[in-house]
Amino acid sequence: MQSAGLVKRRKSYFRRMAENRQMYLFLILPLIWLIIFKYGPMYGAQIAFKMYVPKEGIWGSRFVGFANFDQFFKSLYFSRTVGNTLILSAYSIAVGFPIPILFALLLNCVRSRKWKGWVENVTYMPHFISTVVMVGIMMRVFDFYTGVVHNILAVFGIPWNLHMFTGDANFRNLYIWSGVWQGTGWSSIIYMAALSAVDPELHEAAIVDGATRLRRIWNIDLPSIIPTITITLILRSGSIMNIGFDKVFLMQNDTNINASEVIATYVYKVGLTAEKGMQLSYSTAVNMFNSIVNLITISLVNYISNRVNGSGMW
Amino acid sequence: MTAAHKTVRKNKIGITHSEKIFYFAVNLVLALFFGMILLPLINIVASSFSTADAVGKGKVLLWPVQPTLEGYKAVFTYKGIWRAYGNTIFYTVVGTTMDMAMTLMCAYPLARRNLPLKKPVVMLFMFTMLFSGGMIPSYILMKNLGLLNTVWCLLLPGLISVYNLIVCRTFMQNIPTDIEEAAKIDGCSDIRYFFSMVLPLSTTVMAVLSLYYAVGHWNEYFNPWLYLTNPNLYPLQMILRTILIQNSFDPESVTSEEDILGNKALQDLLKYSLIIVSSAPILMAYPWVKRFFMKGVMLGALKG
Repeated sequence: MQSAGLVKRRKSYFRRMAENRQMYLFLILPLIWLIIFKYGPMYGAQIAFKMYVPKEGIWGSRFVGFANFDQFFKSLYFSRTVGNTLILSAYSIAVGFPIPILFALLLNCVRSRKWKGWVENVTYMPHFISTVVMVGIMMRVFDFYTGVVHNILAVFGIPWNLHMFTGDANFRNLYIWSGVWQGTGWSSIIYMAALSAVDPELHEAAIVDGATRLRRIWNIDLPSIIPTITITLILRSGSIMNIGFDKVFLMQNDTNINASEVIATYVYKVGLTAEKGMQLSYSTAVNMFNSIVNLITISLVNYISNRVNGSGMW
Repeated sequence: MTAAHKTVRKNKIGITHSEKIFYFAVNLVLALFFGMILLPLINIVASSFSTADAVGKGKVLLWPVQPTLEGYKAVFTYKGIWRAYGNTIFYTVVGTTMDMAMTLMCAYPLARRNLPLKKPVVMLFMFTMLFSGGMIPSYILMKNLGLLNTVWCLLLPGLISVYNLIVCRTFMQNIPTDIEEAAKIDGCSDIRYFFSMVLPLSTTVMAVLSLYYAVGHWNEYFNPWLYLTNPNLYPLQMILRTILIQNSFDPESVTSEEDILGNKALQDLLKYSLIIVSSAPILMAYPWVKRFFMKGVMLGALKG
């Protein structure tokens, strides 16, 4: 083995490239794609520092430095969109992060395989429902006259008159808790996998020592999934400024706009809708600010993870 | 729940009274959660098979009221839905095929040990997970390439998902290298090795990734919303938005004799049936492909 390694090392770099020439053939198309569709937009992102006019092109447009960024930092929308993004994100972590862990710990206690299988099958399913259908389902379920909530309450003679799709607080609650409905089962898979790797002998020994099931959750199950929890939490908090466009946009209306205008929807509106004047450069600047903050947070989080855990993503 | 109790009783080690209460509480919590997930879904299925009248009066709970196919008939006769359905099938089938070809093609060389220049190429891909040009530059690019309002604007931008690429590469890295060396000695070229050894050994990861890509294409909403203005090219999700969320019906699409436009109850019924029709392929395939999806989570987690 060692001599083989030595021989290999003696081969020159170019010799090895020539030997692997067929491998580079495989990479041609993916690399062309990567450069056009991923790095192309990055090249185009320079319009954040320019006053982009389509006629003059990306390169030819007038350079304005940080004027677009300045406009955003000074505008009313800066604190509103950044604030909303952070609030929604923090709320989503506070609720959506612990629930799947709790769920996995409880599900792991279930002894009947059949019942466990049922719970798994049903709770994983909503993950595959598209965002549009998900919001559509929410609108059906909470419908005033025909929704299932109304229908069930009507059986007991209780009137249903909550406007779930109006108002700021309702928007946040609905956004977060529908996420719990849709994502809890699926997010718990990774913890279930970690729990299934726990050595059964630990449990047997604890049972002999008279430990209750609750005690065993606390002293065996939980400690054994702590590494998984740490990594997941780190990854999750790395994207704290990253709220997806789709669901917020679909749930947005005039009555909840103060809570639902996040960076992603604002970028879309100022950039591509006529009502805010198609400010392409300004929109790109807002987007770039967000991307840079994301890049910094994830790098920071990765750095901390490397220091604390010894296991970062890179 | 009774099944759970039986196993408890069967257990040889004695179970104390407080333990019984604990297990009961656990099962109760899970049952409540289970019910909460299932209840809206059952109600939607039940509503979709009820009459417009029953839906409109808010009478449907968990079982169809006066079962009919009225709602499905309304969906079937709504023209825009069928065109969009066909489009979505096209985007999903063609898109997934292209995605898989590119991902496998790219993952193979990146899984090879000691390939010169491998590291910078991997970094080039990984960086796009951390930073992107953004919405407007992507839009300008598509416009400059002349891809707006063509099927390509839904097929090309997402060809390779870097996450899937990493999963695929990790999987291929775990193929034993002895096979590779033996094949090399027998004079097998890299291209032939890919087709006759790597692909047949990668069926698991191929199943997992093509399912991920397929669900992604089926559910895709953002790109069509951004890049398409021609209704003939709209995928299903775009039509779903106008009907389910904006509550607007296109007069030209209505071909049934019943007056959908003026009938609120029928509109509501149509929405329930539409939710079922649009999610049916995924939900029907779900029981069979569930284990592949779960495998995907594990494969991804391996990388850490």
